Amino acid sequence: MSLRSPLGRVLGLGSAKDGAHHWWVQRVSSVALTLLTLWFVAALLALGRLDYAALYVWINRPINASLLVLLTVTLVYHSMLGVQVVVEDYVAGKGAKVASLLVSQFLHLAIGAVGVFSILRIAFGSAA
Amino acid sequence: MQSSSRSGRPLSPHLQIYRWQYTMALSILHRITGCALSLGLVLFAYWLVALAGGEQTYAQAIGVFSHPITKILLAGFSFAFFFHLLNGVRHLTWDTGHGLERKSARASGWLAFIGAIICTAFFWVLVFNRIAEANA
Repeated sequence: MSLRSPLGRVLGLGSAKDGAHHWWVQRVSSVALTLLTLWFVAALLALGRLDYAALYVWINRPINASLLVLLTVTLVYHSMLGVQVVVEDYVAGKGAKVASLLVSQFLHLAIGAVGVFSILRIAFGSAA
Repeated sequence: MQSSSRSGRPLSPHLQIYRWQYTMALSILHRITGCALSLGLVLFAYWLVALAGGEQTYAQAIGVFSHPITKILLAGFSFAFFFHLLNGVRHLTWDTGHGLERKSARASGWLAFIGAIICTAFFWVLVFNRIAEANA
């Protein structure tokens, strides 16, 4: 016996109105991040010297710049999804909840924009 | 919570009534480290901005990063990263339906926690070696 209505079964979306989408993209981004973060840590340690010149040359390489953009975007996305769940669980009251979610998402997107812009600025050689 | 107390229906016992167990400790630690890493994103973005800002800006950022308070934060962030990574893999394994038995869940829990401490220590030994080599 199912407690779900025939319409609900057809739409397959459940009470969150977006089905398992949030759950799924959080897993997808976490799998991506295990690979990307391990690459990042290993690459930095393999670099040896961690001064400005060495890091600049490293980010300047297209493959590193691309992966770093991917890392930044995925980090921001995964973090945004995670904070959303925490806010939905702990912030009481609809107004406060929606306001917290808005602030979180705006801040996350701002950090993502600033991060990606900085990487591209170095990669395209327009950094100071 | 509010609506159920108003309706007079019984509430389930609240958190403090339960004996503290490793399952809940690791579960909440996953959340706490996740939230901490979200804050750490600010530092990550600052690092990128400083790099893009040129050599002088980066030198200023190094000053910020080598401040004792930032160093403590970085140590905390690195532990949070390794724990969230290892415990995240634990969660992903559970999602496939494996490792859910009490014995293996306990073992993987310890593996994630002890593993995170070892990874953090190993990471900083490598970083300090790099810094020592650069200064030598």
